[in-house]
Amino acid sequence: MTILTTEPTTAPKAPLWTRLPVVHQLRQSVGLQRGMLVVGLAITGIFILTAILAPLLSPYGFSQLRDDSGAFGAQQPPSGDHLLGTTVGGYDVLSRVIWGSQTAITVMIVAVVLSIFAGVALGLVSGYFGGWLDRILVVVSDAVYAFPALLLAIVMGIVISGGRSDLFGGILAASISITVVFIPQYFRVIRAETVRIKAEAYVESARVIGASNGRIMFRHVLRNATRTLPLIFTLNASEALLTLAGLGFIGFGIEPSSAAEWGYDLNKSLSDVTSGIWWTSLFPGLAIVLVVLGITLVGESLNDLADPRLRSRRAPGKSAAGVYAETSVVPGGTLAAGPGGIDGLEADVPTYDPHPNDDPFEAKS
Amino acid sequence: MTTVAMKPPVPATGRGSKKKTREGGGIVRYLLVRFFLIFPTIFILVSMVFWLMRTTGDPITAALGGKLGPDQLAKLISEAGYDRPILIQYFEYLGQIFTGNFGTTISTNRPVSEVLLTYGSATAELVFYSLLVAFIVGIPLGMVAAYWRDKAPDAFLRVFAILCYATPVFFAGLLLKLVFAVWLKVLPVAGRATVGSELQMQVLPDKTGIYFIDALKTGSPAVFGDVLMHAVLPALALGLLTAGVFLRLVRTNVIGTLGTEYVTAARSRGVNEFRLVRKHAYRPALIPIITVIGLQVALLLGGAVLTETTFEWKGLGFILIEFIKARDFVAVQGIVALLAVIVALSNFIVDIIAALIDPRVRY
Repeated sequence: MTILTTEPTTAPKAPLWTRLPVVHQLRQSVGLQRGMLVVGLAITGIFILTAILAPLLSPYGFSQLRDDSGAFGAQQPPSGDHLLGTTVGGYDVLSRVIWGSQTAITVMIVAVVLSIFAGVALGLVSGYFGGWLDRILVVVSDAVYAFPALLLAIVMGIVISGGRSDLFGGILAASISITVVFIPQYFRVIRAETVRIKAEAYVESARVIGASNGRIMFRHVLRNATRTLPLIFTLNASEALLTLAGLGFIGFGIEPSSAAEWGYDLNKSLSDVTSGIWWTSLFPGLAIVLVVLGITLVGESLNDLADPRLRSRRAPGKSAAGVYAETSVVPGGTLAAGPGGIDGLEADVPTYDPHPNDDPFEAKS
Repeated sequence: MTTVAMKPPVPATGRGSKKKTREGGGIVRYLLVRFFLIFPTIFILVSMVFWLMRTTGDPITAALGGKLGPDQLAKLISEAGYDRPILIQYFEYLGQIFTGNFGTTISTNRPVSEVLLTYGSATAELVFYSLLVAFIVGIPLGMVAAYWRDKAPDAFLRVFAILCYATPVFFAGLLLKLVFAVWLKVLPVAGRATVGSELQMQVLPDKTGIYFIDALKTGSPAVFGDVLMHAVLPALALGLLTAGVFLRLVRTNVIGTLGTEYVTAARSRGVNEFRLVRKHAYRPALIPIITVIGLQVALLLGGAVLTETTFEWKGLGFILIEFIKARDFVAVQGIVALLAVIVALSNFIVDIIAALIDPRVRY
């Protein structure tokens, strides 16, 4: 940080590792915000590790019903053999919670990657070329965006798999259902950025030189339009998990013999609760809450750090104005970017924006 | 504002300048434009649902495929007109929706619009209760968090808000059920009322389907209390989800307005701190809050599906899942179409309110 303070006008580059997305924010944060970011990163890290090491960590397989000493038995309370008890179907709760992390992370990655590709491509083309295609895409994406995400996912679930399916089909169905819900979000953000960047002088210069549309789109526009993506990425990852769990809970889950899925287990535990059996619902539910909490804490911290109005300040004198200008990735206000939507990333919402043109790329050009 | 100083002056480009030139046009024009935008939205959603559902095949085969022989199936399909070209079916469907006819369910053979009326009132009641919980919990706590920004109350409330969001409604519902209904036995486990109360409300001459009103009409305090007791847990489960969103939203926006000069001016005039937050900082922060409440309707309806399943609250979400299980796609299509209409209408209403409050919104 001190390097930047000495020469704010030229802004020399900091070492590479401090400019990596999360590392940079971690160094920039202070106090409570740093605490939230660290806790979030820790939970997310544990989640990823659990998913990778699931075969080693879990005492039994996710679809295992018996071991050498016989069948597990249904609805057994927590004991030495089954630390978290067994489900109504006779599965080991602990094993299913651990294996569930693998399903969760797969669906999250597939869903987010698919929607980034589709949403970014559509947003870029729509914003760059404009015209009737742009209008149609905007109206359609607004309509889809306004629609209850879970209902859309249900419809997609019916279309893709007609309900239950095997591991691959189930994961793909869940991911695509979630993707359809998320595409409008990426589309809107990238389109808005593209429309703005298109008017920049350097895009015009490139066109004068004779660069092709493809080159301008990917080299000049896309590179500068992706600043907000890591933020939406974290928000969507947690939403993806909640949608997956919701789908599983209403019966669009993945068969228990194909994979472990927390929402499905919660659905099966619905009747257990009435008879006072708590262990079948508590642990898969806690797993969902923890993972979403971790990812949201990371996303929330990144969002706050990106917004000068929300960022906690260091003691005066220590921080440099240049740092703020360099890191303000969301021009136009971020009032509601976070759980509940990316509404704040839209410039249409009236906000109190102290830096209407706070944009590092404009400053450089 | 140091950041502004270090940059070369940038001429206003793109959106900013466009907005200024569009400032003409009154509120009537704005509202008309918004009103006509409802139709493409509904049209797109209804068409999307129709085409998506139809890619799975015709509804009769989906619902009765295993149960009837091929001859009987073919007969039913041609009776219902599903063997005609799909484009004709599509336009017929659009025409029907336009006249409020959503078709007839296959599994129960009732008009979908009748199903919608019966179960819609239950969902409306649940959504209303949850919004109430969300307002009561979310808005004051958001102001508290904004006022003590980055202090202990703020830290606590922010974690609370994230927890509200991170907990799936059905898990929150299960936990509430476990603690209050099974362990403490103070509240009912599921349903909208006990059988006895429901019988008393059934015989009412002009029942509305909204139990709160029907229970009042019976004039029996026992029935009314019973209905309210049943509503507590579902409303909490669904309301807390939204309360978290409201809390964050109020916090962020009040922080924004607390930093403005007129708040400093008011403080220097000696306006007391409570009034400062409640009136000076909160009022201008209302517009983004109202806009987002409009978007919450979609979230609430999605959440209602899960809450209703958890608590056997016999509303649209509950019956939707039943129809999905029965593979009755005509009913599913009808319910989803109705929800699309509700979402589009509520967004329109929010636009009206926002425009009435803030002239800047009407461009």
